[in-house]
Amino acid sequence: MIRQIHEPSRIGVYVCHCGMNIAAKVDVEDVRAFARSLPNVVVAKTYKFMCSDPGQEMIRKDIQEHDLNRVVVASCSPLLHEHTFRRACAAAGMNPFHLQMANIREQVSWVTPDCALATRKARALIHAAVRRVADHYPLAKERVNVHPAILVVGGGIAGIHAALVLANAGKKVYLVEREPSIGGHMAQLDKTFPTLDCSACILTPRMSQIRTHPNITLWTYAEIEEVAGFAGNFKVKVRHKPRYVKEELCVGCGECVSACVFKEGRVRDEFNQGLSKRKPIYMPFPQATPNVAVIDPQSCLKIMRGKCAMKCVEACPRAAIDFEQREEHTDIEVGAIILATGYRTFDARKIPEYGYGRFPNVYTMLEVERLVNAAGPTGGDITLRDGARPQTVGIIHCVGSRDRRHHPYCSNVCCMASLKMAHLVKERTGAEVFNFYIDMRATFKGYEEFYDQVLREGVQFIRGRVAEVTDWAIRPAEKGKLVIRVEDTLVGVVRRIPVDMVVLATAMEPQEDAAAVQRKFNISCSQDGFFLERHPKLGPVSTFSDGIFLAGVCQGPKDIPASVAQAGAAAAEALCLVDKGFVEIEPNTAFIDEAACSGCRTCIPLCPFQAITRDAVKGVAVINQALCKGCGTCVAACPSGAAGQNMFTDAQIYDEIEGVLADV
Amino acid sequence: MSSNVTLPVAKEFEPRIVAFFCNWCTYTAGDLAGAARLAYAPNMRVIRLMCSGRVDPEFVLAALRQGADGVLIGGCHPGDCHYREGNYKCLRRFQLLCKFLRQMGVEEQRVRLEWIAASEGDKVQKIANEMTAQLKLLGPLRLQITPRVNGRPRAAECPPAPTKGVAP
Amino acid sequence: MKYLYYPGCSLKGSGRPYEESLLSILDRLGVAVVELAHWNCCGATAYMSVDEVQAFALAARNLCLAEECGGPGDVHLLAPCNACYLVLSKAQVYIRQYARIGQVVAEALRAAGLEYHGRIKVRHPLDVLWNDVGVERIKKAVTQPLQGRKIACYYGCQVVRPYATFDNQHNPMVMDHLLRAAGAQTVDWPLKERCCGGTLTGTMEEAGLRLSYILLKEARARGAQVMATACPLCQFNLECYQDRMQSRFGDGIKMPVAYFTQLLGMAMGIPASKLGLDRLLAPPKPVIPTATPDAAGKGAI
Repeated sequence: MIRQIHEPSRIGVYVCHCGMNIAAKVDVEDVRAFARSLPNVVVAKTYKFMCSDPGQEMIRKDIQEHDLNRVVVASCSPLLHEHTFRRACAAAGMNPFHLQMANIREQVSWVTPDCALATRKARALIHAAVRRVADHYPLAKERVNVHPAILVVGGGIAGIHAALVLANAGKKVYLVEREPSIGGHMAQLDKTFPTLDCSACILTPRMSQIRTHPNITLWTYAEIEEVAGFAGNFKVKVRHKPRYVKEELCVGCGECVSACVFKEGRVRDEFNQGLSKRKPIYMPFPQATPNVAVIDPQSCLKIMRGKCAMKCVEACPRAAIDFEQREEHTDIEVGAIILATGYRTFDARKIPEYGYGRFPNVYTMLEVERLVNAAGPTGGDITLRDGARPQTVGIIHCVGSRDRRHHPYCSNVCCMASLKMAHLVKERTGAEVFNFYIDMRATFKGYEEFYDQVLREGVQFIRGRVAEVTDWAIRPAEKGKLVIRVEDTLVGVVRRIPVDMVVLATAMEPQEDAAAVQRKFNISCSQDGFFLERHPKLGPVSTFSDGIFLAGVCQGPKDIPASVAQAGAAAAEALCLVDKGFVEIEPNTAFIDEAACSGCRTCIPLCPFQAITRDAVKGVAVINQALCKGCGTCVAACPSGAAGQNMFTDAQIYDEIEGVLADV
Repeated sequence: MSSNVTLPVAKEFEPRIVAFFCNWCTYTAGDLAGAARLAYAPNMRVIRLMCSGRVDPEFVLAALRQGADGVLIGGCHPGDCHYREGNYKCLRRFQLLCKFLRQMGVEEQRVRLEWIAASEGDKVQKIANEMTAQLKLLGPLRLQITPRVNGRPRAAECPPAPTKGVAP
Repeated sequence: MKYLYYPGCSLKGSGRPYEESLLSILDRLGVAVVELAHWNCCGATAYMSVDEVQAFALAARNLCLAEECGGPGDVHLLAPCNACYLVLSKAQVYIRQYARIGQVVAEALRAAGLEYHGRIKVRHPLDVLWNDVGVERIKKAVTQPLQGRKIACYYGCQVVRPYATFDNQHNPMVMDHLLRAAGAQTVDWPLKERCCGGTLTGTMEEAGLRLSYILLKEARARGAQVMATACPLCQFNLECYQDRMQSRFGDGIKMPVAYFTQLLGMAMGIPASKLGLDRLLAPPKPVIPTATPDAAGKGAI
């Protein structure tokens, strides 16, 4: 056995109480005494909060006083505090990789109700850590320079804000948006709660700043194709979809749109939620940024059939239309990435009892936003599909949210959006408005006051989840109306409320391709499908992939102020990384013991990063340390035991196996 | 809390489960189970690896040889691997390992491979409980093997000279 | 695929037209069915409210018999009566889900020398025609499309509640699609799965009649000329009490109420005698001109 013992082990074991988080279930004193009895353990101590300054100081002092060369900390998950304790060890002159943690909080005290069993499990984990740490050897992190540019994915309000913060700090920013214009959902809204500012009025200036900022490269109608590399050095491939209009020539005059051989719009206008039709060549919306026309290849005759009078080409005074445009790719390098990919709204057809898609006068909230908007399909008139004005309107909350059949979570914005809509509808039409809610959630600045205002304006509130929307009239007053059947839980009766218009406050849900994006960027999703933050409290904008940050609804439902705040936070985190100038890489790379390597090449095709080659002269495998990401797949496969992995050597793992299985 | 806890006398057979969890998905799921206080059987002991692709089948055999009654390997769902495809490599080896274990007379419920995403804390709980219950029914693993020194199949393990070793 | 057929007591009694028409169209579509030998009553809803566990044992006996004669693998058990369909499905779920019920039922079955392994798939004809046979095959079999008349598809409360295994719970559409495939026009109406009164019509006639009347009235208001059902009890309630509704509510509704299988059979040109049309009090003949002539006049009100 070639076991190199660098020096005799002198181990210190530190058992954390974590207040009562650990101490309530694990008998820390018993565990401490047990640890002290293990071979090579020179000192074992407990402390209330090991991660606190005095706790770290205790470890530092002990390392010096007792001449420790190995430290085991039994506390929370290493994913939380390994860095803290490594720093403490390094401060005392010990190699930080001579630290091992035993996770006796997340894996023991928090999940084991029985004290005796928890204590026994904690002993076993500490036993394993003490055995393992003896095999640790000195390692050092490698420093790699950080590329100073930053990529922001998604041009909604979150992406816009993050990009502007970064650009104003002097950083080079790439903002990539897959739609033809930036603006996102916010651009579709009429007013924003609770202050009722005009959405476009506050958003448009930001959009034009993006367009003109010297530090921002804006790519719309583009998507991220590939992401490689790591924090500080991401290599990203961007795919530019052809818009068949030269962006640099088009001035957005709209002559081409008027000239199109289709005299009327024929295609569903996405921006107006299908309430109007657009032509194959179109401007996404009046304030679109960039203000450039785009041709939809799914409906343009020239592109589909190759035959068209091409009136648009004739009409364009700047010869900007180019049917020869093809998909293009750009490769960029960035140091950090902010994902602000937003959300989509729940498909209300999935709740057929609310009749969306069956009854023409059942609308979604976003559709009514477009109806209310002066630039919308009705010029701001709230009218039904037959042009009539509604006398009574019912707004149903929680459509798809707080519903076990669909999304158990609260979508966070619908209560306030419904209040705002109730106010707008009442103001514009004088209609009687009913809100059907489960609980009213108006919890931020000025929200409760707005609720109060809407109440005083005479909007009716009925507490209960709506059972159904039906056109089954059983009373004369219900003839020709939609009847909302609901249990009024405050009164304890089932009510039937006839209305002319039903508005569904549909849930926010992850983008359709959220899972694909998650894989592309190598991050995780939480159970609800939104991107998972690194820590729910302390890392709300970071992800488990260093250098990738989250902003806006892609991380979970939130409203505009919260999205903007999170975007600012994500920008600050990205700045931190980029301004520091370097990243340190964990030294958990694989290596080859040349003396043991038979040159069989088993490992070479296994490496997903092509880090392994064969040295033809020596006839052995060589691992490029800069390319190795440290998964250890090659190590597990090596038939001659020549491959090893720093921080996870076979010896260390066997020690852990023996350690956890010992009778303790 | 009193410092003198009497450890319980083993009345019922308490199986020992060694779990190899990948750092990115399953270990994180384990932390999530903790944060959500999802109580589960204390029989499972987790060893953290960077990737399920690092799980050498010999780790599983070593664990069984040294008294584990069951082994659980936890990795990211297919397509979610932090290292792109380490979990697929793990799956391939696992299938071969299962064949071998069958020939050895080891019941298939004893060694499991599960894909557990970072958000699936409840799955960690469910599987730990499920395996513990199944192993209680199966009883202790009795392998007829001559024990080796330290139970280790071979030597090899420190780098000949630490590649990035820096003395403190 | 082969199906075991569990008729239940209705299809041998008041629901004979359902049996005759179902077997005729399945035969026409080339779907093989074999009647389960020695089947017993499913227990229906009445027994379940008296003694749940015994009711499940009674139902489970049929599942065991089906498993025995169905051979290896999944066994598809066709239960056309909505009540049978629900009771058999529910027995499956409860035996699996609730250990105590599972145990008692297993003991009861053991006493009869039976054991249930859970291999049965309980299927409704709507499910089989929609998912296994498919609309395309039905379209091909149609020779005399049901043109020009409007049908209200009435599913009854049991096929989609509580187990919506093959259709939407709140707005079932499978029967609509099947009858549209046969050339009919179906009306969009909101009471597709609302209660017909069920056994109440027998015990508390006042309450039961009202529920049936609501259904017929709304169907009529939506322009329906025929009502299609998938349940013998619904069919009975809706058809046989129309006279009494008239005297009770002073509103004479004369609407033929037929099994959806009869309507499909008519579209396929199957003779009326093989569809049990002459067993109805008011066969849909007068409103669907393409029905074959031999049903003419017989039994029409």
